Amino acid sequence: MAAVRALRSCSRTAGRLICVHHIRSCSSVRFIKSKYMSIFDKSAFKFNHQHRLFRTSATSNGQIVQFKLSDIGEGITEVTVKEWYVKEGDSVSQFDSICEVQSDKASVTITSRYDGIIRKLHYNLDEIAFVGKPLVDIETDALKDVASEEDVVETPAVSHEEHTHQEIKGHKTLATPAVRRLAMENNIKLSEVVGTGKDNRILKEDILNYLAKQTGAILPPSPKPEIIPPLPKSETAPAAPKDKGTKIPIPISKPIVFAGKDKTEAVTGFHKAMVKTMTAALKIPHFGYCDEIDLTQLVQLREELKPLAQVRGVKLSFMPFFIKAASLGLMHYPILNASVDENCQNITYKASHNIGVAMDTEQGLIVPNVKNVQVCSVFEIAFELNRLLTLGSAGQLGTNDLTGGTFTLSNIGTIGGTYAKPVILPPEVAIGALGKIQVLPRFNGNGEVFKAQIMNVSWSADHRIIDGATMARFSNLWKSYLESPASMLLDLK
Amino acid sequence: MVIPSSLKNGLRLFYVLKISAAGFKCTANRGLILQSVSSDVYQNLAVEDWIHDNMNLENRQVLFLWRNSPTVVIGRHQNPWQECNLKIMRKKNIKLARRRSGGGTVYHDLGNINFTFFTPKKKYERMENLKLVVKALKGLRPQLDVHATDRYDLLLDGNFKISGTAAKLGRTVAYHHCTLLCSADRFLLSSVLKSPYKGIKSNATPSMPALVKNLFEEDPTLTYEMVMDAVAAEYARCHQIDHHITLINPADETVFPGINNKTKELQTWEWIYGKTPKFSITTCFNMVYEQSLLEVKVDIHVKHGRIEVCNIDLPEQWLPPAMCNELEKNLIGSKFCPSETTALASALLRICPQNYELHSKWSLLCENVMTLM
Repeated sequence: MAAVRALRSCSRTAGRLICVHHIRSCSSVRFIKSKYMSIFDKSAFKFNHQHRLFRTSATSNGQIVQFKLSDIGEGITEVTVKEWYVKEGDSVSQFDSICEVQSDKASVTITSRYDGIIRKLHYNLDEIAFVGKPLVDIETDALKDVASEEDVVETPAVSHEEHTHQEIKGHKTLATPAVRRLAMENNIKLSEVVGTGKDNRILKEDILNYLAKQTGAILPPSPKPEIIPPLPKSETAPAAPKDKGTKIPIPISKPIVFAGKDKTEAVTGFHKAMVKTMTAALKIPHFGYCDEIDLTQLVQLREELKPLAQVRGVKLSFMPFFIKAASLGLMHYPILNASVDENCQNITYKASHNIGVAMDTEQGLIVPNVKNVQVCSVFEIAFELNRLLTLGSAGQLGTNDLTGGTFTLSNIGTIGGTYAKPVILPPEVAIGALGKIQVLPRFNGNGEVFKAQIMNVSWSADHRIIDGATMARFSNLWKSYLESPASMLLDLK
Repeated sequence: MVIPSSLKNGLRLFYVLKISAAGFKCTANRGLILQSVSSDVYQNLAVEDWIHDNMNLENRQVLFLWRNSPTVVIGRHQNPWQECNLKIMRKKNIKLARRRSGGGTVYHDLGNINFTFFTPKKKYERMENLKLVVKALKGLRPQLDVHATDRYDLLLDGNFKISGTAAKLGRTVAYHHCTLLCSADRFLLSSVLKSPYKGIKSNATPSMPALVKNLFEEDPTLTYEMVMDAVAAEYARCHQIDHHITLINPADETVFPGINNKTKELQTWEWIYGKTPKFSITTCFNMVYEQSLLEVKVDIHVKHGRIEVCNIDLPEQWLPPAMCNELEKNLIGSKFCPSETTALASALLRICPQNYELHSKWSLLCENVMTLM
């Protein structure tokens, strides 16, 4: 809204028109003052994107009003400024929050009485502000009436909430005060505008579309702009011509109005650390190896064991089995539980199998590990996993739980997916990603089709020290333990 | 699962609220008494926000009664690190909430009642509200020695604080809320409201510690139900309305459209911790490593809950300077929060030279730095 006013003042001084695509409210000005035709001047691009920028660069012919701190009640004369919501140069509308002040246990939100641009903040944070003295200077448009010095008292038809109801010609129209002002300035009857907001509320876009429809859509590439019947707001490409033969109207699409803005943030904290870790990780030459595991027997076994674990107060998932089987496999292929130094000059075969379990938390991906799986029973692993999961979801994992891992399993299947390409977490040399368990038809030994519980595993390993054959053999061993869990009994330590 | 009577109340309330939202002058109802069925502090604070933003209080006032499960509630401009023991709270699962009104820090549990008085801004009168509460209490138990102070506290037996006050003024609506200790856990209250963090320099509003007591300790026959009812009755009398308490469910979007967004916002880290005014921690601590005592000096500046400046002074060469710099550099921009720091420190450890001594030193340092958070 403020943009419209400023544009008017700008066009008076600048005398030329601005690129229509970048400033949405710009289009309303063009249609009102039709003598300003669109001129695609390269210099006009100076004024793109930051409509705020060109507004401040336009010569200001508004007046500076000192917005005084109004009475807060209870005889309070001074308050402390605690937070500013605006800064110098920001534009504000009437009723926007300007700052938060505090006095004797009361926190007060000061809202703006005027539309305009903030020109000066009279106080810094934590300074004492005085009632009746200027709080901010706002530059308002000279043409608009400046509200009286008394506290703003709402007119009877307007209640203090954002959306007001109005009876016009017997039916209510919902619109915010800002939208009403826009309509009033352009001599539009709200009852004639179609509202597209919630409850048929009229939004700013609806007013602009209404204006566009009134004066026709104009677009640069077409040399002969035609006034075409109103198009639905969301239409981008022209509809297929319905009338066969004869005159097909030249399709003219309206400028796509999209108010979203790109948002750039710095990468900080944990994410920054992840950037470093992952950059280091991808320096490792990875190779992948995938396979499919028939978990039918394991599913049955887990069903039997779940109540037993429950009695002992532990929730038993599939992970403890996967972890224990991995550890049994690592005993035969210790190179997968190793670590290399920076220049790959020395390999350290780690004695402990500290198997990490990838966990998705509020921070992002964290990998706590179960220590010394080689000497733990499946139940003990389940117990430890429960502990790590509880701490993880509460954000209370300690550094001890998060460091010292030697091998990792990522159960991405709980979220979804089949095959994956996991990234090795340095200083480890291998990682496995487990897909979801699906019920699929398979053939058994007699050539009959049966219902199988199939899960896919995707391994990645450091190809500098691990070869495909080693990975394949480890995977086969791990697979055999899980496909016939009874065989784990033979090798359990 | 909705009980028909509360549904009816809900619908009735919806119409009452809707009518009020339409700005119609409703002279029949000059007041409304609401009571929350929820003990979730965020939901209840969201109700206050909703009423503040959406209800037309020109011709009516509202009394809102609520209680919460164990929570520490800090004022709008306060610093949680300065006000409470976040470590105990994390261990005992006590929530932390930041309200929108000013004032100091309080501890809520189900033995504490909260009253919120909603009025048009022009009728904002805290003393009147407190006098109403005192009158209600004295009506229940005439021998009770309760009075309001000029700091808007309620004192029992002249010495013990049983209620604290805070207020929020918006453009046209104001609310004044206060607590009332009936049978709260006093010992947990004192341990949780004592900050263990040293070296904090901040302009945040400080709290004034006070001796507290429960009404229950003075008179074991007083229950919170009786107190709530007495205050509601007194309010009804003052505003000449029915002594009828409407139960409300703060999660009901049909009665309070948009309230779940408010509830969510109150739970975000950005609101609870991020709204802390700028502060700095300058302190030192001792670490024990292999029978030697090391002194570490730390200077951390936090803005919007994130670390802006981070200086860690270690004894010379204890850790390779590159590693220490790496920690400091990465902490900048990260949330001043132990879980974020742990995750960050563990991730960084993966790319450091793999050496048991270095790792244990690093872990020790990080664990100690986290005790500041």
